[in-house]
Amino acid sequence: MLLALATLTPFFGALVPLLADRLGRNLCAIATGAVTLTALLLVLSQAPSVYSGDVLTWSVPWLPALGLSFSFFLDGLGLFFAGLILGIGLLIILYARYYLSSKDSLGVFYFYLLMFQGAMVGIVLSDNILLLIVFWELTSLTSFLLIGYWNHLPESRQGARMALVVTGSGGLALIAGMLILGHIAGSYEITEILQRGEAVRSSPLFLPALLLVLVGAFTKSAQFPFHFWLPHAMAAPTPVSAYLHSATMVKAGLFLMARLWPVFSPADAWFLIVAPAGLITMLIGAWIALFRDDLKALLAFSTVSHLGLTTMLLGLATPLAAVAAIFHILNHATFKCALFMSAGIVDHEAGTRDIRRLGGLLTLMPITATLAFIASASMAGIPFFNGFLSKEMMLEEAAHTVYAGHEWIFPALATLAALISAAYSYCFAISTFLGPVRGDYPHKPHDPPFGMWLPVAILAALVVVIGLFPALTAGPIVEQTASAVVGGTLPKYHLAIWHGFTPALLLSAIALAGGAVLFICYGYANQLRLVFAGMDAKSVYDAGISGIVRGARAFIVATHNGSFPRYAGVTLLTILAVGVAAFFHAPHEAGTRTVIPGAFPASAAWIVLATLCISLLFWHQNRLLSLVLTSGVGLIASLFFLQFSAPDLALTQISVDIVTTILLLLALNLVPQTSPAETSTGGRFSRGLLASAVGLGVGLLAYGIMTRDFQTISDYYLAEAKPGGGGTNVVNVILVDFRGFDTFGEIIVLGIAAITIFALLDNALRGAAARTLATIRDRVESKNAHPMMLVIATRVLFPLALVVATFIFLRGHNEPGGGFIAGLIVAIALIMQYIASGYGWAAERTRLDSQILIGAGVLIAGLTGVVSLTFGWPFLTSTYTHVHLPLLGDFELASAMSFDLGVFLAVIGVVMLSLAQISRVEARAEPEAVPEGPMDVPLKDGRVVGSNDGES
Amino acid sequence: MELLVASAIGLMTAAAVYLILQQRTFPIVVGLTLLSYAVNIFLFSAGRLIANKPPIISDADAYTDPLPQALVLTAIVISFGMTALIVVLALRGFLETATDTADLPEDELLRDTEADR
Repeated sequence: MLLALATLTPFFGALVPLLADRLGRNLCAIATGAVTLTALLLVLSQAPSVYSGDVLTWSVPWLPALGLSFSFFLDGLGLFFAGLILGIGLLIILYARYYLSSKDSLGVFYFYLLMFQGAMVGIVLSDNILLLIVFWELTSLTSFLLIGYWNHLPESRQGARMALVVTGSGGLALIAGMLILGHIAGSYEITEILQRGEAVRSSPLFLPALLLVLVGAFTKSAQFPFHFWLPHAMAAPTPVSAYLHSATMVKAGLFLMARLWPVFSPADAWFLIVAPAGLITMLIGAWIALFRDDLKALLAFSTVSHLGLTTMLLGLATPLAAVAAIFHILNHATFKCALFMSAGIVDHEAGTRDIRRLGGLLTLMPITATLAFIASASMAGIPFFNGFLSKEMMLEEAAHTVYAGHEWIFPALATLAALISAAYSYCFAISTFLGPVRGDYPHKPHDPPFGMWLPVAILAALVVVIGLFPALTAGPIVEQTASAVVGGTLPKYHLAIWHGFTPALLLSAIALAGGAVLFICYGYANQLRLVFAGMDAKSVYDAGISGIVRGARAFIVATHNGSFPRYAGVTLLTILAVGVAAFFHAPHEAGTRTVIPGAFPASAAWIVLATLCISLLFWHQNRLLSLVLTSGVGLIASLFFLQFSAPDLALTQISVDIVTTILLLLALNLVPQTSPAETSTGGRFSRGLLASAVGLGVGLLAYGIMTRDFQTISDYYLAEAKPGGGGTNVVNVILVDFRGFDTFGEIIVLGIAAITIFALLDNALRGAAARTLATIRDRVESKNAHPMMLVIATRVLFPLALVVATFIFLRGHNEPGGGFIAGLIVAIALIMQYIASGYGWAAERTRLDSQILIGAGVLIAGLTGVVSLTFGWPFLTSTYTHVHLPLLGDFELASAMSFDLGVFLAVIGVVMLSLAQISRVEARAEPEAVPEGPMDVPLKDGRVVGSNDGES
Repeated sequence: MELLVASAIGLMTAAAVYLILQQRTFPIVVGLTLLSYAVNIFLFSAGRLIANKPPIISDADAYTDPLPQALVLTAIVISFGMTALIVVLALRGFLETATDTADLPEDELLRDTEADR
C-alpha cells in the first residue's frame, strides 16, 4: 500500500502547485517540495526493512486476463533509484524556484515536474512489466512537456518533438519486447521473471525479446546510434536538463538493463551487443563534447558519454562491473546535476553559456566557481572526488575484458574515452572560470541568491564526502543496490581511493595526463575533428523524418484529394469487394421459401418506382424535379409498408416524407436551383457502373434473404405485448416498453441533431453567410400575397389535425399510431401554417418554444423511467391499469403512455426547430416583407394593410 | 413478389449511389434520402414479406414479425434527423463559401497538410 502511495503521491500532488500558484512563488515551491518530500519519506521509511534483506511487494489485480496488475515491489535497486529521483527532485524544485523568471508559470512547471517524477518512481517501483511500460510511456509524454516548456522557442519545440519521436518509438519496441518476455517467462511480474532466467534464455524468442528491450533502453538512455536526441533536448530550461538528463529519465534505460540484468546478462548476446554499444557511445559522446562551445551542449554530450560508460559496465556482465555501474550512476547523478545547475547559474547571471564569450568568472562569482570546480574535477576523474572512484573501477573492469579475442580493444578505448572526458572537464572549468576577466559579458556576473546555489552546494558536498570516504558513505547503498541487481551475493570488493599500484591506476593516470595534453593541444584536435565533421546523427535523423513526412504527404495528396465522390467511391468499392469476396467464398444456392405470387397493383407500383428512379438519373440536375421524384419514391415506400402488414411504418413513412420534402424545399430556396453538368462522359460512365454494381449487390442480397426461411426472435414480444406491456400494437409496445431505452436514446439523438441545426443556422445572418444571403436577395422573388384558399384551408384544418394527432397518440398502444406519428402530424399541421401564412405570421403566434419542447420531451420520457426506479424496478419498467371515464368508456392507462408523450413532444420540437431555423434564415433573405394575410392588399407605397387582424 | 421488391431495392440503391457520387451537395442529400428509403425497405424485408397480418394482437392465428418494424420505424425518424442535419450543413457551407461543391478546394487541402510544419 505504501509503495503505491509513494508512486501516486507525485501524481495527485501535481495538482498542488497549480492551486498554490496564486499564493506566490515561495509558497508554491514549498508546497511542491512538500509533495516530493512526502513521497521520499514514504520510500525511505521502508529502507530499514529493505536493507535487512526484505523485498516488499504490494499488488492489486487490474486486468488479470491480460496479465496486467497494479503491483509494486521495493528492493535495494528500486529504493536506490526512487531515493535518487525524489532526493534530486527536491533540489531541482528549490533550484527552479530561482531559475525560472517571473514570466514563466511556476505552477505549470511544477505540475509537469511532479507528473514526470511520479512516472519515474512508477518505473522503478513497478513489479508488473506492463505497468512499467505504462509509466515508461508517461515519462516520454511528461518529458515532452518539460522539454517543450518554453514552447514559444522553435528549438524548444523541435527538441521536445525529437525526444518524443525517439523515446516514443523506443517505447513501442519496448512494449513488443516486454510482451515477448512476459510470454516466454509465463508471467508479467518482474519478481517472477527474475526467477525464471534459465527458461527465458532457452526460448527461441529470447533474442528478439532482448533486442527489442534493448532498443527501448538505448533510446531512453541515449545510447549510440540513438544518442542524438539528448543534446537537442537541452533547449529545455536548465532545471529540466539537470533533472531529466543527469539523474532520472536517461537513467531509466540503465535502470531497465540493471533490473533485467540477472535474466539477460548470462546470455552471450548481451555482452556482445551491450558492452560495445556502451563503449562506442562513451567514446563518441566524449569526442563531441570536447568541441562544444555551449556549456549545456558540452554537458549533454558528456552525459551521453557517461551513460555509455554505465551501459558498458552493465554489458560486461560481471558482478563487479555491476557494482561499478551502480556506483557510477550515483556519482554521475551528483556531479552532473551539480554541473548542469552551475551552467544554468552562469547562463542566468552572465547572460550567456557560450564558452567563447566566458572566462575569468572566478573572481566575479567565487561560490559558483568553487562548486563547479569540485564537480568538474569529479567528472574528470581526479582523485579525492567520487568520479575518480567509479572511473577507476570501470578501467579496472575494462582492463580485464577480452572482446572477440582482442585484449586491447576495451582497455585502450575506455582509457581514450576517459582521457577525452578529462580534457572536456578541464575545458568546462578552466575556460569558463579562469583566465582574465572580460568586459563584454551580456550581464554583469555575480553569485546567485543562496537558494539557487544551495542545491549545487549540497551535491558538491556529496561529491567530496563520497570521494573521501566511499566505504563509509556510499558503501552500504552500493552494496545493497548491486546485490539487488545481480540477484545474489557479491564477490568481495571494497570501495577505496587507494588499491595499490594496479593497471587501473596506471590507465587513470594516463587519462588525466593525456587529457591535460589534449586540452592544451585543443587547436590540433579541432582540426582532426573537422575530418569527421560530415558524420552527424542529427542530419540522418532529419533526413529520415523529412523522408517520412514527404512520403506521408505524397500519400495524402494522392489519396485524400478532397474530392467527396472519390472518397465515397472508394468506400463503396471496398464494401463491394468485401461482399463479392464473401459471396464467392461461401456456398450459395437458391432459397427454398415459397414466394408470394406477383399481383397487378404491385407490378404497377414497381413500374412507377422504376420510372421515378430512372428519371432521377437523367434529370437530377433540375433540383426541384429531383425532389418531386424522390418524394414519389417515398410514397411508394409507404404503400409498400401498408401492403406488407406494417400500418405503423406506412403512417410514419408518409409523414416523414412530407416533412423531409418541405425541409428540402426550404433549403432549395436558398441554394442554386440546378446542378451544373460537370462530369465527363467517362466520369458518368464509371459512376453509373459503380452504382449499378452496388444496386445489383444489394438487390441480390435482399432477394437471397427474402427467399429463405428464418427463425424469429419476436415470439416473446408477440406473447408478452398484451399481458406484459398492456398494449395490442406490438410495434408500439416494443418501442415504448420492451426497447424503451433504445427509443429514449433515439429521441436524445434527434434532439442533439436539432440543436446542432440551431447552432449552425443561428449565427448564419452574420459574416460571410450574410453576404451570400444578400446576393440571393437580388434574385427575382414572387411578391404575391399568400394564396387565400390555402391560408383558409390550413387554418380550418389546424384544429382538426390536432384532434387527429391526439386520437393517433391515444390509440397508439393498441392500434397503429403512437408518439412518433402523432408528433409528426402536429408538426406538419404547424408547418402548414408557416407555408400558407408565412414565417413572420406563424412565428408570432407560436407560443411554444421548440427547444423547450425537445427538453420537456426528453425529460418526461426520462422521468417515466426514473419513477419506476423509485418503485425499486429497473429503469423504464412499465405498468398499466384500466380506468373508466363517464361517457368515453373504458380507457387503458399505461405508464408507457407518458413515455410516449415524451417522444411525441420531442418529435414536434425537433421538426419545428429544424424547419423554423431554415425559414428564419429564408425570411431574412427575402427582399421585403411578403404581404401577410390572405386579404392583405399591397398599397402603392409598399406598405401592406392586413385586413384580418389590422396589423401593418 | 419477392423479386419485384428486391429489384426495387436494387434500383433505388443504384439511383441513390449515383446521386451520392455527384459533386454538388444537393444531389448528395437527395441521394441520401433515397438511400434511406432503400435501406429501410431492405431492413424491413429481413422480416420477410407477409401480407395482411399486422402485428396487432387480435384473434388472428399468425402475425408478421414486429421487430424489424420497430427497428425501421425508429430508422425512418432518425434518417429524417440525419437528412435535416446534412442539408443544414450543406446550406451553411454554401452560405459561407458561396459554392455548393462537396469537394475541398485545392488551397484548403494544402493548408491542411502543412498545418503541422
